[in-house]
Amino acid sequence: MRPLPVGEDALLVECASGEEAGALHAELLRRRSEGTLPGVTEIVPAARTVLLCGLAEPRRFATLLAQWDIPPMPPAMRETVEIPVRYDGPDLAEVAAMWGVTAGEVARIHSQARFRVAFCGFAPGFGYLTGLPERYAVPRMATPRTAVPAGSVGLAGAYTGIYPRSSPGGWQLIGTTDAVLWDPTREPAALLAPGTPVRFVADGAL
Amino acid sequence: MTDRALVVVRAGALTTVQDLGRPGHAHVGVPGSGALDRPASALANRLVGNGIEAAVLETTLNGCAVRARCAVTVAVTGAPCAVTVDGRPAAWGAPVTVTAGAVVEVGHAVRGVRSYVAFSGGVAVDPVLGSRSTDLLSGLGPAPLADAAVLPLGEAAGAPGRVDVAPAPGPADELVLHVLLGPRDDWFTKAALRMLAVGSYRVASASNRIGLRTDGPALERARHDELPSEGMVLGAVQVPPDGRPVVFLADHPTTGGYPVVGVVRGRDLAGAAQAAPGTPVRFVPVPVRR
Repeated sequence: MRPLPVGEDALLVECASGEEAGALHAELLRRRSEGTLPGVTEIVPAARTVLLCGLAEPRRFATLLAQWDIPPMPPAMRETVEIPVRYDGPDLAEVAAMWGVTAGEVARIHSQARFRVAFCGFAPGFGYLTGLPERYAVPRMATPRTAVPAGSVGLAGAYTGIYPRSSPGGWQLIGTTDAVLWDPTREPAALLAPGTPVRFVADGAL
Repeated sequence: MTDRALVVVRAGALTTVQDLGRPGHAHVGVPGSGALDRPASALANRLVGNGIEAAVLETTLNGCAVRARCAVTVAVTGAPCAVTVDGRPAAWGAPVTVTAGAVVEVGHAVRGVRSYVAFSGGVAVDPVLGSRSTDLLSGLGPAPLADAAVLPLGEAAGAPGRVDVAPAPGPADELVLHVLLGPRDDWFTKAALRMLAVGSYRVASASNRIGLRTDGPALERARHDELPSEGMVLGAVQVPPDGRPVVFLADHPTTGGYPVVGVVRGRDLAGAAQAAPGTPVRFVPVPVRR
């Protein structure tokens, strides 16, 4: 772990891996809920980092952090969110070809994987889900689509993501869900927050 | 009948409702948002007797006009501009009493970009995640003002500020941004870091509430691998592939994959909110002890 100062009151903690970042994030949330974390305005995990904003004494916190004993990623602290999905995306055949399997097997492999929301970004409620083995990583589309419908389930790198609303996007689309990813009138607004375990449940017969 | 509301007569180029934004949701991808020039919006609120958390209007370059359906105290701050009430000149940077039915016209910015218009009681559109701010990146909060739109006002709480005219520094001829280097200054060449300090940059016309873009010499990277997405802060100076620094403002994305060479000091950001396209920008790198 390497804490990097960011501006006047933030710290970017760089980790060796996404798993280490996930473990640090879980530990930060645990300490915040038990009231032993110094005041922060934001805790933002990402691919290999966790950003802490609004620290009164970022340098001091960096020193404290170096002494923490961070347990490996704890078993999920919250319930698994199950997302029903129809594996009918326009890029399903292409993904199947890249994986060297049939479309049906893409659905099977994807719906058997155990995912975790590593981090969010791009749009409110858009989660970057890890859980697919690295060998299933696929590139982003060379030319992004100008409009991807809400509920589209896509792959980019080894991440899976679901478009909370219609937007431009370059992920390879393998399916569709009716799950509401983002509703600001709901509590919580985001169905998927960092750390949430996720499973995709294939809808209908394959 | 007390109809505490405003009717938009002239929406202007881009007028949005802004308050202190919605911090605390960056982890689910929600930008902080909120007024770009915080000191100006706070001053406008104080002048009309509001708390600084009340929602105000933020105009862009050419002001706006609203009809008050009720008697209300109004104050305009930020970018200096002509203010009229039913066509009669009124004070800028001071509380102005407006009778029901009168039209408040906020003119073109004489200098700067964004004027702030506070109303006693505050603009009382429904909050989203605790804020009334329009977030142009993710579309949260009320839509930008449109002609004939109606905006509810809250009940006036405090007495208007007792100052007659509030002194406020006008926008400077040159935007000076102190940049605390890091977290990714080591992704750039030594020459690039020197260039950041001495290069002649100007505010680019593509600037908006998401970021202040610059025209000027490209910053050369020392590393060309891809940076995995990481959390972004307000004021981050992100360097996209074209090498021209972008200063992240209130509606900035919460994560990003281009390296951040440094972060602009918080108190310099109000100036960034008021720097019109073409304004010279001087970055002053400040080394940070690791």
